[in-house]
Amino acid sequence: MDKALLEIRELECVRGDKQLFKGLSFSLGAGSLLHVHGPNGSGKTTLLRAIAGLVLQESGEICWNGEQISRQKDEFNRELLYLGHHYGLKFELTGYENLKVFANLSGSDISEHEVEAALMRFGLAHCVELPVKVLSQGQKRRVALARLLLQPSKLWILDEPFVALDAAAVELLLDVIKAHVAAGGMVILTTHQEVAVEVGSLQHLHLGQAQPAQTSQAAVAEQH
Amino acid sequence: MLATLRCMVMRDLTLAMRHRSDVLTTVFFFIIVVSLFPLGVGPEAALLKEMAAGVVWVAALLASMLSLTRLFADDYNDGTLEQLLLVPQPLSLIVLGKVLAHWIISGLPLVVMSPLLGLQFGLEGDELMMLMVTLLLGTPVLSLLGAIGAALTLGLRGGGVLVSLLVLPLYIPVLIFGAGAVTASAAGMGADGHLSLMGAILLLALVLAPWASAAALRISVE
Amino acid sequence: MFNLFKYASPASFYPLAGRLAMGFGIASVILLVIGLYMSFFVAPTDYKQGEGYRIMFIHVPAAWMSMLIYVVMACWAAAGMIWHTRLSSMMASSLAPTGAMFTFIALWTGALWGKPMWGAWWVWDARLTSELILLFLYVGFMALESAIDDPRRAARASGLLALVGVINVPIIYYSVQWWNTLHQGSSIKVVDGGVETSMSEIMVWTLLVMTFACWFYTIAVALTRVRSIILERESGASWVKALLQERKS
Repeated sequence: MDKALLEIRELECVRGDKQLFKGLSFSLGAGSLLHVHGPNGSGKTTLLRAIAGLVLQESGEICWNGEQISRQKDEFNRELLYLGHHYGLKFELTGYENLKVFANLSGSDISEHEVEAALMRFGLAHCVELPVKVLSQGQKRRVALARLLLQPSKLWILDEPFVALDAAAVELLLDVIKAHVAAGGMVILTTHQEVAVEVGSLQHLHLGQAQPAQTSQAAVAEQH
Repeated sequence: MLATLRCMVMRDLTLAMRHRSDVLTTVFFFIIVVSLFPLGVGPEAALLKEMAAGVVWVAALLASMLSLTRLFADDYNDGTLEQLLLVPQPLSLIVLGKVLAHWIISGLPLVVMSPLLGLQFGLEGDELMMLMVTLLLGTPVLSLLGAIGAALTLGLRGGGVLVSLLVLPLYIPVLIFGAGAVTASAAGMGADGHLSLMGAILLLALVLAPWASAAALRISVE
Repeated sequence: MFNLFKYASPASFYPLAGRLAMGFGIASVILLVIGLYMSFFVAPTDYKQGEGYRIMFIHVPAAWMSMLIYVVMACWAAAGMIWHTRLSSMMASSLAPTGAMFTFIALWTGALWGKPMWGAWWVWDARLTSELILLFLYVGFMALESAIDDPRRAARASGLLALVGVINVPIIYYSVQWWNTLHQGSSIKVVDGGVETSMSEIMVWTLLVMTFACWFYTIAVALTRVRSIILERESGASWVKALLQERKS
């Protein structure tokens, strides 16, 4: 790990009246993966959304390349791919149309062929022409995940990416994540499933429970 | 920049084309509201002619407001809105694209339908023309201002009623100048002043409203 | 007024607000008593409108306050958005109900004044109509704020709405005025009530005293309201818990 690209300093997030965490600091360099653990309601999703810039933090800083992300939204968004609980797909559009919109808005163009290849990689043949609404939950998730292969982003933020996937697809996604990290990418993910995420530089972050009385020190990043 | 705009407009238009009935609902709402007035006030031709511009404009206000709730709500519910917030483009541009598509779907049909409704109320030649022109200038303002209200009330219970409370007072200047222009031209006073003021309002809304809606969306998606 | 940034934190502002509210409250009661005495017993009978004009001493300050409060509210909202100070948005939301109340009073007294003057309870006069629209804007602000559960989102969303509203207020005002002059023929010709032209000096003084009474009342009420908003939103904070402990014992 040469240099920390993503740096979180003294982060505090509040949801409603509840303080989720406070004084959270860690950094993440190229080619590493951060696995965020914690029980329900401990603020995993909020942390991920705060890093993506969707949630405004109460205090603290989130820096990318040494500058706060709120000051460089466009540059940061170019490097970011966030996949949340929702699929982020329009059910009336086909898989190809869905993926093409986001590719275009990110400034790149993709051909039907590339989309097909990406969907094939996730085990979805012949779904390019079908509207997303006719696909099953797992298949929809796969279409959403195909963006990982189609958009060149450095930082992936994946909130429960393994939900609704079958064993084979979980393996596939793990391979994709490993390849991304090996190529110098960065991944932040949460999962409740027992998935063995083993890559080069792995960090764990535990939110909540550690010291139940005091959330301020509850966040401990340990290095493996 | 233009590519982004085009991409957003095409996306929303494609989506609307796959839900054609939604578009028709707005237009029929507009027609029904306008048709209710003669039933309420009686079929006296002179009275109807005097009311025509105001009635058509108020109905346009209501119809455009009715379709507002869907402007961001669908994208919000399936998570595409948060993805749109994360693309490396200015959010106000994305919003502008969506508003433009919304106007094409819900505003433009009203403009096209308006002469027909004007005829029902006994308007003639120049007045019909003026009604169309004012609606052409005014309905984009309705979509632009409405987007702010739609963005602010995103995901709230009773959002549809709330949006009308927020947005209708802001619509008043457009209503006054729009209906006023038709009345003025019917009275032979010339409506250039009205039209240029409407143009000014349109420009102002075009500059400020996407920015305000973008800020509102960031607040609401959180 | 006072060092804003020192008192930008709710914890240090809370006790100060209490003292200020008390002071302004007392001042407003005193001024109100003097002002009402002057309006009813000192100010002379108007040669044109007789005794009925005396409602002006409530109507005019209320109308002024209703407009001013909206602008002040928008300024607080803007400050809250720029510096992300929680207190600013709390101030904005604490002003809204008072502003709506003054708007309502202005409308109501306007109607009462209108009956003897114009012979109708309601006239679509430019100023009354603008006041009515202002009431709609206040109601929209409060409705949006109460519809959002998360207090942070509520503060930011309603703040943005106040800003949008304040940009629109002049446009609405001038369009209503234009509309009114255009339709002058069909509506009743509005006489100015002789307020600006034939007002005696004592009337001006009465009006000023009443206006200051309303000002101080607004400040006192807003500060009292902001104190309870602070307690509500900061209920988890340690200083609030300490305060409550103190009160109990």
